Amino acid sequence: MLKNLRRAVGAIPFMRNPALASRSYSVSVKQMMVREALNSALDEEMSADPTVFLMGEEVGEYQGAYKAGFTGLGVGAAYYGLKPVIEFMTFNFAMQGVDHIINSAAKTNYMSSGNINVPIVFRGPNGPAAGVGAQHSQCYASWYGAIPGLKVVSPYSSEDARGLLKAAIRDPDPVVFLENELLYGESFPVSKQVLDSDFTIPIGKAKIEKEGNDVSIVSFSRMVGFSLKAAEILAKDGIDAEVINLRSIRPLDRSTVNASVRKTNRLVTVEEGFPQHGVGAEICASVVSDSFGYLDAPVERIAGADVPMPYAANLEIIALPQVDDIVRAAKRACYRSVPLSATR
Amino acid sequence: MGRKDGCSKGKGGSMHFYKKEGGFYGGHGIVGAQVPLGIGLAFAQKYSKDENVTFAMYGDGAANQGQLFEALNMAALWDLPAILVCENNHYGMGTAEWRAAKSPAYYKRGDYVPGLKVDGMDALAVKQACKFAKEHALKNGPIILEMDTYRYHGHSMSDPGSTYRTRDEISGIRQERDPIERIRKLILAHDLATEKELKDTEKEIRKEVDEAIAKAKESPLPDPSDLFTNVYVKGFGVESFGADRKELRAVLP
Repeated sequence: MLKNLRRAVGAIPFMRNPALASRSYSVSVKQMMVREALNSALDEEMSADPTVFLMGEEVGEYQGAYKAGFTGLGVGAAYYGLKPVIEFMTFNFAMQGVDHIINSAAKTNYMSSGNINVPIVFRGPNGPAAGVGAQHSQCYASWYGAIPGLKVVSPYSSEDARGLLKAAIRDPDPVVFLENELLYGESFPVSKQVLDSDFTIPIGKAKIEKEGNDVSIVSFSRMVGFSLKAAEILAKDGIDAEVINLRSIRPLDRSTVNASVRKTNRLVTVEEGFPQHGVGAEICASVVSDSFGYLDAPVERIAGADVPMPYAANLEIIALPQVDDIVRAAKRACYRSVPLSATR
Repeated sequence: MGRKDGCSKGKGGSMHFYKKEGGFYGGHGIVGAQVPLGIGLAFAQKYSKDENVTFAMYGDGAANQGQLFEALNMAALWDLPAILVCENNHYGMGTAEWRAAKSPAYYKRGDYVPGLKVDGMDALAVKQACKFAKEHALKNGPIILEMDTYRYHGHSMSDPGSTYRTRDEISGIRQERDPIERIRKLILAHDLATEKELKDTEKEIRKEVDEAIAKAKESPLPDPSDLFTNVYVKGFGVESFGADRKELRAVLP
């Protein structure tokens, strides 16, 4: 199982991608895998700035599992002025170094009143993969998203991956960069602009992936893809959904989400993580608090099941949000619910 | 004291001061965390080819922490210019050394990393040991210095210091091993100054310290708006909130 995990993970030894170099730039839209997007961003940032370096578990030549040690080492190097990119095989393993992420990195600029800033990036796959069990499947977006002093981003497309990773590496504050293992192999169209070595995406701004008028579906990472599929299905039933890709968990783009709900009057949040105290909970609170008068239906949350992730393939499917769940929640918000029994 | 004019401008806390320009990267509240951080500083020094070393200091209480050994392993693997200093005052807050460590020979705990035991109550010995350690670390990689020292008062505000040892022990050490007394005796023995000159110096220093304390006490507490400063270097204009988010909000610049 672990061998499969290693192969699937995008942390392959970093080298200039010859295929990328030979691509013609006269074609304005090309396909790029998320894995390539991340690697190309890392390559360009390391070439442009010698203080940027990569360290982690299984980086380069399979370099060993000293998580608490190297997380702290990375933060110490950032104190000195280098720009480390610390990679975890998955964020589940980062829990062993989480004290350094929170207490040594996130809080230091504040506690030192600006004397020491920490320009570090912590990256790695977050959330469930496929058949890796409970200890390797947790989504940490809401835990890290709660911490003042941290920035937390989670890309969906290759454009997101490139732009957010470059922005994260250039950012003077600690950034937690939550990737998704199952997205590494997915291809997305990227424009010439995205391929530029100075292409960055602002941290803290969400993207409206699809405009709509009837219901706002808000998600991040892999669930954006599911939300877009749900929107296609809803369109056939005459429901015009607006799909928002958060891109950043912290700072959270409350104004884009609220503006959307003020237009559509209905909200569905989607995430893979546990429901209690999740990212969706914060989004719902923000909308109920700031746009109460605009809501025409109770807010809806779709999240991972409130259980440790089971191993069996059939259980894993029902433990995670599927496209049907998003469609059903959106219809409920539109008072067009289809009872479960009718679909059996 | 949590005052505006303090080095952390009231935001850090009594053990949390920092001075990056002076090479001082702070006291850290999580026991043992400072060691990987120190190894990280040494890593950055080697990476930047600075020809400098880092002293990562910890106590006998922290010496059993796992992350210390993780960091030591990396420092040794990569020959980092790190000097790990174990200030062994024989008590981890209230826990005596013999109750905490199976092997209290902390200078030997590095295993493959060499270690030196130093009389931590002798300032001149400490100076020589640090000089040696710096030369060693720059050439060969990490080294451990165990400073055999003592703590007269309690570990912190919540520790009176008297519930786990006798007053005789404390006053005994003060009489026989006090570092300042030792230097005073050496100075007098070598005619480097007279009793009176030493007493005058002491009076002057006491005055300086008293004045500094008075000045610190006079310093105001930070402005309430400082609640929201320095959360980020670059806040992108995002909002942050006080306890009542509809009442107290701020924009992070």
